[in-house]
Amino acid sequence: MSAGLDITDVSATAGGESILNGVTMRALPGSLTGLIGPNGAGKSTLLRATLGLVPTTSGTITFVGNDLPAMPRRNRARVAAFVEQIGANEAQLTAREVVMLGRIPFQSVWQAEPSPEDEQIVTEAIAAVDMSGFEHRQYNTMSGGEQQRLQIARALAQQPRLLLLDEPTNHLDVHAQLTALNLLRTRAQSGATVLLALHDLNLAAAFCDALVVLHQGRVVAQGAPQDVLTPALLRTVYNVDATLVSHPTSGRPMIAYNLPA
Amino acid sequence: MTSAAASKRPRLITLSVALGLLLAGSIIFAVTFGPADIAPLEVWQTIAHHLGLIADSPVGRLRNAIIWELRLPRVLVAAGVGAGLALCGAVMQALTRNPLADPYLLGLSSGASLGAVAFLLAGAALYMPIGAFLGAAGAMLLTLLVTRLLGGATPSRAILAGIAISSLAAAATSFLIFWSATGDSYREILSWLMGSLSGSVWSDAGIVIVATLFVGLPVLLSGRSLDAFVFGDAAAATLGVDVARLRWLLLAATALLTGVLVSIGGAIGFVGLIVPHIVRLVTGSRHRLLLPISMLVGASFMIWTDTAARSLFAPRELPVGIITALIGAPIFLLVLLRYRRAT
Ligand SMILES: Nc1ncnc2c1ncn2[C@@H]1O[C@H](COP(=O)(O)OP(=O)(O)OP(=O)(O)O)[C@@H](O)[C@H]1O
Ligand SMILES: [Mg+2]
Repeated sequence: MSAGLDITDVSATAGGESILNGVTMRALPGSLTGLIGPNGAGKSTLLRATLGLVPTTSGTITFVGNDLPAMPRRNRARVAAFVEQIGANEAQLTAREVVMLGRIPFQSVWQAEPSPEDEQIVTEAIAAVDMSGFEHRQYNTMSGGEQQRLQIARALAQQPRLLLLDEPTNHLDVHAQLTALNLLRTRAQSGATVLLALHDLNLAAAFCDALVVLHQGRVVAQGAPQDVLTPALLRTVYNVDATLVSHPTSGRPMIAYNLPA
Repeated sequence: MTSAAASKRPRLITLSVALGLLLAGSIIFAVTFGPADIAPLEVWQTIAHHLGLIADSPVGRLRNAIIWELRLPRVLVAAGVGAGLALCGAVMQALTRNPLADPYLLGLSSGASLGAVAFLLAGAALYMPIGAFLGAAGAMLLTLLVTRLLGGATPSRAILAGIAISSLAAAATSFLIFWSATGDSYREILSWLMGSLSGSVWSDAGIVIVATLFVGLPVLLSGRSLDAFVFGDAAAATLGVDVARLRWLLLAATALLTGVLVSIGGAIGFVGLIVPHIVRLVTGSRHRLLLPISMLVGASFMIWTDTAARSLFAPRELPVGIITALIGAPIFLLVLLRYRRAT
């Protein structure tokens, strides 16, 4: 039994097409695991399958030995949180009320108002994403990046031991991207298992402790960024020509794309 | 810190007490409206006497009968119907994530009317609420099915499907009435179809209030789970909500309640649409607040629209559905425009 997320030989189909094909991967507690791969590779499907949101046709998905998709929903919601790719929303909720949704799995049916502990956790989660001044703003009037940060805060309010995020940085400015990923890395370092789908390979290389590369529904590589990110892999998976260099101070791999002349 | 955080929204307890008082006041004052002049104090004395709060009522026998047998049941039916319709509307809006959902617009009310009329004309008047429930449930399932056939749930598709099912049910109802009803019952049925609370008696009030509370209580308790739906079914599931079970449970509950309400008051439109929208301006979308407050506001709203229906052109009476439509249709358009602009 592993201490983290173990996905073993998972396959899934949608609309008669095979979307995931024998996916086997692992995400360890204490580390930030990046899920990368081109559009349509199956990243979102894999994240959703992990939480039982889409059915799998074979394989097992466990977290600390527990069958995650089969877990009672409420128990699962106390262990695992998910930040989806966000869309437009008409919700007439304030920023704080959105983050408070993360406390639902912990609140009893008979409880009329959130407990002081809920309020405390929500305040901290909002502060963690740098949104403290925005608590009483209407969520649907906020920018995409602000909404995304609040969704991350909502997930943090679940105090999850497993945190799954689908492209959590795609609406964020550079500073907010670095802040968000740093925040997620801190969460990981304090013991959470964090798995996130990312498109920006340089960000993935800079922040993630491990990368899993998905291509046409299969895992084609996984391991430390410097081992996974090679010119050959980038060519086969992304069809791009790239040179890998080392970051001058951190020594992490950086990708320099060679543009066609 | 807690109070500072909550201060931006009114508290459930404050609002409920205020609106509860408004409702109590509405009940007493609405009873004073009518051909016989009755003072609010007399209403209070009569109610208190019947509740055993005061031993002897100074109100005379005739006035006592007007208050207790004629007017009070009707006002209470209005309160129950208003609370129930507002609750059904708010729940349907949350479940379908459709700001335009309401039992009337999605065809439930017409389905309920059809079921009720069918049972009535078949000689099973006693079981009209059951017929209405079956009709409401059938219409809802058809609307959901047609929405799906139209290519998936968007508010405008759901409304189109609702209109189609509504028209179908209305045509079937007219056909039934045309074939079976005779002069007198014809007029009575027609006025009931447009939504009318005239002739309400204590047993009606009992049925409406019991049904509204019986269905309302579990629905109010699931308010927090409804909150989880704002970001979609998947988000609700990851917050621990059994999405499929809750949806079926609540849709069945709204069909049941709509059925009962329609069998008593007819198809009264727009209350379920406009009341939650107005309440949301104050409470926001948190259902633990929105649902009970909508019920209280719906109750008072319905009491006054019904009072207007029976007083404006006295001694003639308007079907109250005409008044709610007059108020509701423009608000429906506003919501529709606002929604189109937002997407
Ligand atoms: N419900 C569905 N029906 C049919 N095909 C689907 C369905 N859901 C996903 N797919 C297909 O499965 C494949 C993988 O989709 P998925 O969303 O998992 O990719 P992704 O790696 O997240 O892509 P992106 O980077 O664009 O977000 C795509 O080809 C998509 O079209
Ligand atoms: Mg995706």
